[in-house]
Amino acid sequence: MISTPPLIQEFVEESKVALSPLSQLDVLESEAVHIMREVAGSFERPVLLFSGGKDSVVMLHLAAKAFAPAKIPFSALHVDTGHNFPEVLIYRDRCVEKYGVLLQVVLVQEYIDSGSLQERSDGTRNPLQTVPLLEAITEQRFDAVFGGGRRDEEKARAKERVFSLRDQFGQWDPKRQRPELWDLYNGRHRPGEHLRVFPLSNWTELDIWRYIAKEEIEIPSIYFAHQREVFRRSGMWLTPGAWGGPKGGEVLEKISVRYRTVGDMSCTGAVESTASAVAEVIEEVGASTITERGATRADDRLSEAAMEDRKREGYF
Amino acid sequence: MSINPQELLRFATAGSVDDGKSTLVGRILHDTKSVLVDTLASVERASRAKGLTATDLALLTDGLRAEREQGITIDVAYRYFSTRNRSFILADTPGHVQYTRNMVTGASTAELALVLVDARHGVVEQTRRHVAIVALLGVRHIVLAVNKMDLINYDAHRFAEIEGRFSEIAAALGVTDALAIPVSALDGDNVVDRSERMPWYIGPTLLEHLEKVPVGQDPADEPMRFPVQYVIRPRSDVHHDYRAYAGKVAHGIVRVGDEVVIQPIGHRSTILAIDGLSGPLEFAVASQSVSLRLADDLDISRGDLISTAGDSAPIIQELTADICMLSDRSLGAGDRVLVQHGTRTIAARVSEVIARLDVGTLRPVEFAAPLALNDIGLVRLELSQLLPVDNYARLRRTGSFLLIDSSDGSTIAAGMSITAASELAS
Repeated sequence: MISTPPLIQEFVEESKVALSPLSQLDVLESEAVHIMREVAGSFERPVLLFSGGKDSVVMLHLAAKAFAPAKIPFSALHVDTGHNFPEVLIYRDRCVEKYGVLLQVVLVQEYIDSGSLQERSDGTRNPLQTVPLLEAITEQRFDAVFGGGRRDEEKARAKERVFSLRDQFGQWDPKRQRPELWDLYNGRHRPGEHLRVFPLSNWTELDIWRYIAKEEIEIPSIYFAHQREVFRRSGMWLTPGAWGGPKGGEVLEKISVRYRTVGDMSCTGAVESTASAVAEVIEEVGASTITERGATRADDRLSEAAMEDRKREGYF
Repeated sequence: MSINPQELLRFATAGSVDDGKSTLVGRILHDTKSVLVDTLASVERASRAKGLTATDLALLTDGLRAEREQGITIDVAYRYFSTRNRSFILADTPGHVQYTRNMVTGASTAELALVLVDARHGVVEQTRRHVAIVALLGVRHIVLAVNKMDLINYDAHRFAEIEGRFSEIAAALGVTDALAIPVSALDGDNVVDRSERMPWYIGPTLLEHLEKVPVGQDPADEPMRFPVQYVIRPRSDVHHDYRAYAGKVAHGIVRVGDEVVIQPIGHRSTILAIDGLSGPLEFAVASQSVSLRLADDLDISRGDLISTAGDSAPIIQELTADICMLSDRSLGAGDRVLVQHGTRTIAARVSEVIARLDVGTLRPVEFAAPLALNDIGLVRLELSQLLPVDNYARLRRTGSFLLIDSSDGSTIAAGMSITAASELAS
């Protein structure tokens, strides 16, 4: 940008306001806030899915800004697989307190204990979140569910609308999506149906990190490099735990790692990293040659359409 | 006043089936180093599994199972990439005629449209259709990528011929900024890097143009429009009397001290304060989410429109508009629908279908029968309440609306208001 001499600047301001265009983050922030206010203004019972992961923290932060100085006009919901990182759970509880929202936790473990869900042979509990989530939505008649999904994460998500209609069974039908024009979001639905709403649709992983830096948002410590005992399974560094690892010939090693995504311990891999501060993470993400989910998510590796299939069944 | 290029550019692609659109998109992503190793590896794996010898870059954007199975793009795919100068949101839209509605979706938020043609075939009917839709949606910048130049020996005369036809069509449709670029997506000529095989072409490469084109309306040239989304009332001890109207500035600039009118009711007031997302502001511009506080205690709620006092939206009860049909159900005279405009949704009735666009001639033809999927028509709607609606050609956000089926909530059509001159004057 060429700087303008003060005199000319003054003249310009008098005739027209000298505008520097909004930055990319400003535009994305305003868009997300607009989406959240649309939901708050036109739905009866919205809820925000909150795991303590970076995307959901950014959502919560945006919600706080969208309705300030009033409180966030909806509550938060976490479907806890029982395999979450303890650091993240501690952070989660502190975070909801700070932002002043009510958090409801649904435990996958309770569904397993009661026999309504069976543990999978691979120990992964991510796909098991769908049933408890849908039951919570039905029981509490939530009509709009905020999710932190981003279109740059995965190719099925790249096709999903910001306002995504789910049928009475919580299912997504990619062929029957509503066209979404301008910034007019159609949230109409029949009784029993609900909408999943993705305010961060147009954000990339790097946008999230830059926003975390700009807003100085606190995030769980496991996103930063730390020494951890891990073992190698299908090309990923996994953390040991009661969920089923290490097994057989898998060897524990202590190395410097961080997490790019935070989810079920059984399927979330760590990446080797020395990035211990937000600025270093931004540098690392910018230079990375592997996508976020490709590097860290075993559940997306099941097939080409793994995410689409889970979404069809009602997953986030 | 010069405006710096915006940091973020939203653009949409359109082209016929075999123009090489996916290859071009793949080439842009690849040459800007936006495709990461594991994504490329999975596309290579999928290409091999389909028995292809070369990597099919179309698989980068065709994310749904049905799309991969059929080898076509059904739905809009959004792609994100950036260069040193700009960030881009690319809406990659399908080329088939039957998916025109998805093209409309992708183009509705675009500031630039990239239309592809095959250099061997030049401008075809589908090109005319795409340019017509893009023009109708008010996309001001169109780039015609004349692809497969390698197959016509980089012939400057052939390119000039296509460029001439394209300029005629663009001018006829009122497109103000149209540029043709000769490219070869397969080899990358003039996509990101300048082609040595077309020294006769002195214009920008595709990426250079995308990085530099000055887009976005200067908000200082537009009246202000602010659809109220939500009323913020904390009712806490600290903010006992706080009352603000939350929304996103749709057009223009709002400043503290501005005289405004609340539409459709017509009350006037003054902007007392603007609360931005990170603190108080002196002014806010189009696409900024803020909360406005007014000097007067008025009854304002979601659905109201706050406008510049001297230049407010026409208030109408009869709405004449171009519509793009997006649903399998038809729409004819007498049908009852919902109109979603800004933050307000009201009941309406189709009083008349006036015309339908003949995509062959690009002219509207008198037409009274119900409109069907993918039709572009001109209709008149009788509204159940007064509504402040701008002329779409002037103000895109407050001139657009959705037609919704009240029985199942589905979106039937996208509407663009044509407000009559007499209504503008009143």
